[in-house]
Amino acid sequence: MKYVDEFRDRDKAAALATEIEKLACSIEGGSTPIHIMEVCGGHTHSIFRYGVEELLPARIELIHGPGCPVCVLPMGRVDDCVAIAEQPNVIFTTFGDAMRVPGSRKSLMQARAEGADVRMVYSPMDALALARAHPDREVVFFGLGFETTMPATALTILQADREAIDNFTVFCNHITIIPTIKAILDSPDVRIDAFLGPGHVSMVIGSAPYDFIARHYRRPLVIAGFEPLDVLQSIWMVLKQIKEGRCEIENQYARVAAAGGNVAALQAIARVYELRPFFEWRGLGSIDHSGVRLRPEYARFDAERRYAIPNARIADPKACQCGEVLKGVLKPWQCKVFGTSCTPQTPAGALMVSSEGACAAYYQYSSAKQRTGARG
Amino acid sequence: MGKTHIRPQRVLGKLQVATVTLAHGGGGKAMKDLIDDVFVAAFDNSDLAPMEDQARLDLGMLAAAGDRLAFTTDAVVVDPLFFPGGDIGKLAVCGTINDLAVGGAIPLYLSCAAIIEEGTSVELLRKVAQSMAHSAQLAGVRIVTGDTKVVPRGACDKLFITASGLGVIPKGVQLNAHAARPGDVVLVNGLLGEHGAAILAARGEMALDCTIESDCAPLHELVAALLARAPGVRCLRDATRGGIATVLNEIAQASHVGIEIDEAQCPMREQVRGFCEILGLDPLYLANEGKLVAIVAPEDADAALTALQAHPLGAEARIVGRVTELEPGRVVMRTLLGGHRIVDMLVGEQLPRIC
Ligand code: SF4
Repeated sequence: MKYVDEFRDRDKAAALATEIEKLACSIEGGSTPIHIMEVCGGHTHSIFRYGVEELLPARIELIHGPGCPVCVLPMGRVDDCVAIAEQPNVIFTTFGDAMRVPGSRKSLMQARAEGADVRMVYSPMDALALARAHPDREVVFFGLGFETTMPATALTILQADREAIDNFTVFCNHITIIPTIKAILDSPDVRIDAFLGPGHVSMVIGSAPYDFIARHYRRPLVIAGFEPLDVLQSIWMVLKQIKEGRCEIENQYARVAAAGGNVAALQAIARVYELRPFFEWRGLGSIDHSGVRLRPEYARFDAERRYAIPNARIADPKACQCGEVLKGVLKPWQCKVFGTSCTPQTPAGALMVSSEGACAAYYQYSSAKQRTGARG
Repeated sequence: MGKTHIRPQRVLGKLQVATVTLAHGGGGKAMKDLIDDVFVAAFDNSDLAPMEDQARLDLGMLAAAGDRLAFTTDAVVVDPLFFPGGDIGKLAVCGTINDLAVGGAIPLYLSCAAIIEEGTSVELLRKVAQSMAHSAQLAGVRIVTGDTKVVPRGACDKLFITASGLGVIPKGVQLNAHAARPGDVVLVNGLLGEHGAAILAARGEMALDCTIESDCAPLHELVAALLARAPGVRCLRDATRGGIATVLNEIAQASHVGIEIDEAQCPMREQVRGFCEILGLDPLYLANEGKLVAIVAPEDADAALTALQAHPLGAEARIVGRVTELEPGRVVMRTLLGGHRIVDMLVGEQLPRIC
């Protein structure tokens, strides 16, 4: 475990920060802000957890993207989870951080307190093991996340298929990041000059799917690792591209994410899922082809087909300005309800839900001084 | 029902069965056998009050030790009941002792109650009772009264224990959560997050191979050594549930001061750090069962550190931060990277992140 400290060294961070500062000063435009979006919630978490923004020159503004699967989960979907979990004889299994996401009536945590059998698992294979151990119960796994977690769910379904386990289903809410980046870039008020690409997603899909961002939208993107020094180095690489007038897809995270992605994972994804015509995102609305569901061949593992699911669309509260924050138009604390009617205990919007959400991260990690001071 | 006070000369009952049933909670012969055979036999000491419903303590002796009584209670539930470095019994005894110790009290007497789920094995109860007796003996405190209840299957998870403790605070000792002042230093007595990590790992849900042990230990001797050498100790807290992050927030709020800690100074085993890394947990919020936070006046900082480090339970003690006047009520951490962030209270329990 020793390796982690290499990526958190104060001296190295200070040296990189100096280089970034120099580079930022040398880019044309004086003090006009340079907006860089980190797409992935893992980056957002790391940036706040280590106070990365404090090391950056004022000119660089980070925009915290939509890449937290828990945050962008629409309320109606949580209601669906609760409805399934409350069916008699069901064991509903989920990753821990989805437990507290509020639905319109209650969260899974509350459903469990009221008697539903909701259990936290660390992988879909754990859920399958529960199904094997309890043949008289119906085990449902809440499939959630981007391409990072998609392959594990797919492999679990293939395994269940091989073993002909018939008391295991998946409530599939896997989503895909590319159409969402595109939707953000297409919105008229967008202010993003460059991207940090999600390292773990790229580990699965490789770098080719991002090409259109450089080619069509003329924005540089650097696939970044999750340690704070990775983030700093990636910011430096992005600035270098801007300075040199390049728009390319570069890979800072080559130690983990290969250019071609992970072939076996991609095959499992292709075998098990198909794109949905559209999927609803909390804070962003409906985005075409942004979610996947199980192919008809695996229908018997599909919780959506086995259970009557309310599937109601619950609109975000009117005061909610998550969309503007995601596009970089507003800073989290500039939202009308930040810290008043929207807090981590009572989240009104998506970005307040998990610690990877930008609003929750600001609320939790940055002081009033930091919010209003030079870094604001 | 179920009081464990007995006449020492009385013949002790013997259990004939291997598992506890509801009959052992019924108040009759079966219950007497359970209490005698498992608890009284383990706790056997001459202070057990002779067949009364309460322990009777000599006031004169207490008054000679100090000028205030300290009284506390702790409810202990833990899954699994046995884990590397301890078990529910040791936890109940040490936790209660520590609650007294951080008030500066000399812990003297404990009262323990066990709520037992029907179907629990007698062997398991024996092990727990022996562990309690052993821990109490090592710490020099006495278990003088107790109670048991047996509840139907499903009404509790195998075994719950509550322990209350009585101690005496010596004259002149004044430790208060609202006494921290800007300039004070913040110390911890050793490696953080071990109990929380050990319990999570022992549950075996994430198939991680690790050998982290709980730090469960009684801290009263360490505290006594600290107070003797460093009179400038203003406040002590044991960093149990919620970890040092929670305790520091409580102190910052009670004293209306800011606290700044340095992540690079927070002592932590590599394994605990790696474990948290994988699960997306923050070690500052993990429970400890043998760690305290000390707020000490600056002039006594070195004396306090030396006193802690001289004791086996404080060998890894460190100064981790300072009390400031900035942002009263807030805890700020200088990160490993050199940036800063707020260390807030948790909203609920820590939940592992998925990516
Ligand atoms: S404060 Fe709440 S409503 Fe406003 S943008 Fe953030 S999450 Fe959305």
